[in-house]
Amino acid sequence: MIPASFDYVEADSADAAIAALAEHGDEAKLLAGGHSLIPLMKFRLAAPSVLVDIGRLSDLSYINDGGDHIAIGALTRHSAIETSDLLTTNAPILAHVAGQVGDPSVRHRGTLGGSLAHGDPASDLPAALLALGGTLVAKGPNGEREIAITDFFTGFLETALAADELLTEIRVPKVPGAGWSYQKFNRRAQDWAIVGAAAVANGSTNVALVNMGPAPMRATAVEQALAGGASSADAAAVAAEGASPPEDLNGDAEYRTHLAQVLVGRALDEALG
Amino acid sequence: MTAVMGTPMLRKEDPKLLTGENKFVDDIQVAGQLWMGMVRSPHAHAKVGTIDTSAAAAADGVHAVYTGAELAEMGLWAAPLPCAWPVTEDMVNPPHFPAAAEEVHHVGEIVAVVLADSRYGAVDAAELVEVDYEVLPAVASIAAARDGDNNAHSDLDSNKAYSWALEPNPEGVDAAFANAAHTVKGEFVQQRLIPAAMEPRGVLAIPSPAGGEVTLYSATQVPHILKVMIAATTGIPENKLRIIAPAVGGGFGAKLNVNPDELLAVTLANKLGRAVRWTETRSEAAFSTHQGRGQLQTIEVASDENGKISGVRVHLDADMGAYMMLITPGVPLLGSFLYTGVYDVPAFGFTCDGYFTNLTPTDAYRGAGRPEASYAIERAMDMLANEVGVGPDEIRRRNYLAGGGPFENLETASTLVFDSGNYAPNLDAALALAKYDELRAEQQSRRDAGSSKQLGIGLCTYVEICGLAPSRALAGLNYGAGGWEHATVRFLPTGKVEVVSGSTPHGQGHETAWSMIVADKLGIDPNDVEVLHSDTAISPLGLDTYGSRSLAVGGVAIAMACDKVVDKSREIAAHQLEANPDDLEFTGGQFQVKGSPDKALPIQAIAYGAFTAHDLPDGMEPNMNEQMTFDPPNFAFPFGTHIAVVEIDEDTGNTELIDYIAVDDCGNQVNPLIVEGQLHGGIVQGVAQALWEGAEYDVDGNCKNPSLMDYLVPSAMEVPNIQTGYTTTPSTSNQLGVKGAGEAGTIGSAAAVINAICDALSPYGVTDMEMPATPQRVWKTINNAKAGA
Ligand SMILES: Cc1cc2nc3c(=O)[nH]c(=O)nc-3n(C[C@H](O)[C@H](O)[C@H](O)COP(=O)(O)OP(=O)(O)OC[C@H]3O[C@@H](n4cnc5c(N)ncnc54)[C@H](O)[C@@H]3O)c2cc1C
Repeated sequence: MIPASFDYVEADSADAAIAALAEHGDEAKLLAGGHSLIPLMKFRLAAPSVLVDIGRLSDLSYINDGGDHIAIGALTRHSAIETSDLLTTNAPILAHVAGQVGDPSVRHRGTLGGSLAHGDPASDLPAALLALGGTLVAKGPNGEREIAITDFFTGFLETALAADELLTEIRVPKVPGAGWSYQKFNRRAQDWAIVGAAAVANGSTNVALVNMGPAPMRATAVEQALAGGASSADAAAVAAEGASPPEDLNGDAEYRTHLAQVLVGRALDEALG
Repeated sequence: MTAVMGTPMLRKEDPKLLTGENKFVDDIQVAGQLWMGMVRSPHAHAKVGTIDTSAAAAADGVHAVYTGAELAEMGLWAAPLPCAWPVTEDMVNPPHFPAAAEEVHHVGEIVAVVLADSRYGAVDAAELVEVDYEVLPAVASIAAARDGDNNAHSDLDSNKAYSWALEPNPEGVDAAFANAAHTVKGEFVQQRLIPAAMEPRGVLAIPSPAGGEVTLYSATQVPHILKVMIAATTGIPENKLRIIAPAVGGGFGAKLNVNPDELLAVTLANKLGRAVRWTETRSEAAFSTHQGRGQLQTIEVASDENGKISGVRVHLDADMGAYMMLITPGVPLLGSFLYTGVYDVPAFGFTCDGYFTNLTPTDAYRGAGRPEASYAIERAMDMLANEVGVGPDEIRRRNYLAGGGPFENLETASTLVFDSGNYAPNLDAALALAKYDELRAEQQSRRDAGSSKQLGIGLCTYVEICGLAPSRALAGLNYGAGGWEHATVRFLPTGKVEVVSGSTPHGQGHETAWSMIVADKLGIDPNDVEVLHSDTAISPLGLDTYGSRSLAVGGVAIAMACDKVVDKSREIAAHQLEANPDDLEFTGGQFQVKGSPDKALPIQAIAYGAFTAHDLPDGMEPNMNEQMTFDPPNFAFPFGTHIAVVEIDEDTGNTELIDYIAVDDCGNQVNPLIVEGQLHGGIVQGVAQALWEGAEYDVDGNCKNPSLMDYLVPSAMEVPNIQTGYTTTPSTSNQLGVKGAGEAGTIGSAAAVINAICDALSPYGVTDMEMPATPQRVWKTINNAKAGA
């Protein structure tokens, strides 16, 4: 519970952060809300020798109307997303899910960018974004690039971001009339999901799963079944196809597979019903 | 002055706690202090080979590194860590030193200690210590200890630590089972629990190199016991030791031990002449602080045709963990007397085998042995109800002691004399508060509708033993100390009162409760009372806080010391008013000659007179400073009815506790607000055992959930508003008629919740549920029951 020693650099701009990453290479880690990284450091599962603090970059904390999309700064806190009228109107699942993360103190520290960049399959916001669709903006020494959310999560705690890149913005489509649902199953209110399911129905239906594999994932089999005309119940039955659920004290693969089916079923009933 | 006892006075302690003014051990800073960093074994069972401390010793800010073997050579230990409760003559008690020199017996056992300028530096340097281990097979469960081939201690030829029996009537038990119309048998697992007090444990030892004194600040429940034990284990003269428990943030039993870190801090501070400190991290606590429970229980109940019990037979296999700590072996014994519950049991027998495992030692945890007992008998009562075909309320009514009516000083089959009880009205009150009949109707309608959300209603009618303890009773159990408590009540010259409490609070609210007792006894304002405690230099005599003893023993001692103050004041008043003491009335803080209201003296004036000593009766000692050591003649036996209402989602296996009703009887209440708080906390702790908590180990003895991320301590979000009610049956064991409420909630709640779950799932044919009832476990149990049906 006591981290190894590290150097601390406070970045006063996105460019300064990128420069610091370039200077320190693999040894450096960005620090946003710190609510995923610091616990890892305290358990000594991560021991970066330099922390580049971007937590005070207030110009990366915003929720703006971008015309056909909503643009969210990477440093926007979960609590701001939870309480945003713009998001509640245009992408209600995101506001709702932000309110399901941890407890109030976590939501006042944790950032959307941090949650995505961390890439934890058990976290809530990646699933919401996978179901919603959207684009991420990353900035590196060579400038900006866009990454589709569906291309972003590449493995266990791994993303498409390069070591010297900073996630700056998240763009989500406006889907004011879409059906949606988020089903989070956990044992205590403040915990990560044992399994979760997100669904957004906007013409076609996107379904994403929480904690059913090494990375946040879409339930492609469910989506295909629905596209092929299957009932919600029949589609939910294939919820775990292609998943590789983890096993831990909260659940083995059999139980998680079952939960995924139940929760996807509930999510579809709510989103399509 | 109207009585304050019995009113919900706000706690005096809270402003200081809420504003952060209180100092906990970790808040206290001393110049020149050294931090200990513990090098802990990653293996549950291993021979300790060579230890290379050179890199750690060379690290920045490191003052010294000592291995277990070096510490032993330094002659720091006069004796191993103490076990005060050798339950049998031949109990096995492997020597246990603060740091292992040759063999480690649980993950987290200390093998070396680093002393460094900073906490972080100490932890970093501890990581640099290289230890060669020869890993030995680990004994990682009670079953492995009992049935397996491996020994937890390689120099012992068995894992059995002791066998203890309470069999007052073995022929009677055999006859009861031979002639029974119904028998039920329950086999239950009391999983290990991590106490997880809000404040982790911590120590700070400050030496006096010239004077030879050592002051130890420790987050402990038991400064007085610690003082004796540190003297005994280190050889430092007892009168050179001062122990201070500053603000202590909860203990639940886990802070009543004598721990390796405490002994290391004291001896190293003494040796080095510098302050030495340590604060456990949350994950470290799973190894550095003892755990609770850890039992396999078998209970059998025999009854006649109508479910009237004729005999109860119990066997426990109890997990001691790696070593005997202060009262490790005695915890199952504390429960042994309660396996007959509130019931009239003609014949009772109890046996217990204690086993060593390669796991963190167990010891007292809220209720210590009694929640386990209550769980077993209350689960068995529901099984018997099903067997006989009556409701859980009816089976209890048929078996209550004294027919459920009022009684005093009743001897039970487990040989104890229950002070007082009145069980049926308590059950009635709880059923009414719960709207029990409506709940049953709702349950039935859900069943009829084939709902996927089943309702379950669970009862527990518990009794517990509080007020530990009559010293003679402890002697009978071979416990190494008495159970009295000491109090001093003194008037200061200005009329304010100081109370010195031998029982030591760590969150309970002693300052408030003791002030209220004194206020009523002396006819003064409770805010004129200051309560001193928790420092052996201020409160030299005491036996501290555990076993719901503070009020029923320590609070009563305060009341009795007040009586002495009143008696002495009466003598002085009589002398000064030139009246016969018997002609004086004491009301509203005044002594007054009966019939002549103008001849009166307030007690403060009398106290001032005792201070000036100008005009005291011949031969009377000056000052008003009265002491009392109270050794209770008997325990106190609070009881109550708890009703848990759960809703189970059969699709996910999730159990939601939707209502909780508790009607408790802890005798007279000094402060109902404090009682209510104790019950809420206790209930949640017991519910936590039923639904969320449990230290899980792999076969190698590694704890799989030492952090609060994986060890699920519930939050306010997980529990419903608890509905409480009370009946009042005063204790006959003390003049206040009080019984104790600190552990009651925990003792009633785990059984109520599991009974509710089994009740909910009975249509599926489910008859038992292991704790914690995780959603996965519930779901699988339903599936298995359906498959078996
Ligand atoms: C008690 C507790 C409970 C929680 N419960 C939940 C829960 O229920 N559900 C849930 O989803 N999450 C939960 N979390 C995690 C929480 O949501 C985190 O805040 C979030 O996952 C990470 O955000 P952060 O800003 O704190 O990131 P940090 O911890 O600061 O960083 C996380 C990682 O992302 C990188 N990073 C951060 N920002 C950027 C950026 N802009 N560009 C590139 N890389 C970046 C960092 O270098 C680091 O590797 C919980 C956390 C705690 C402590």
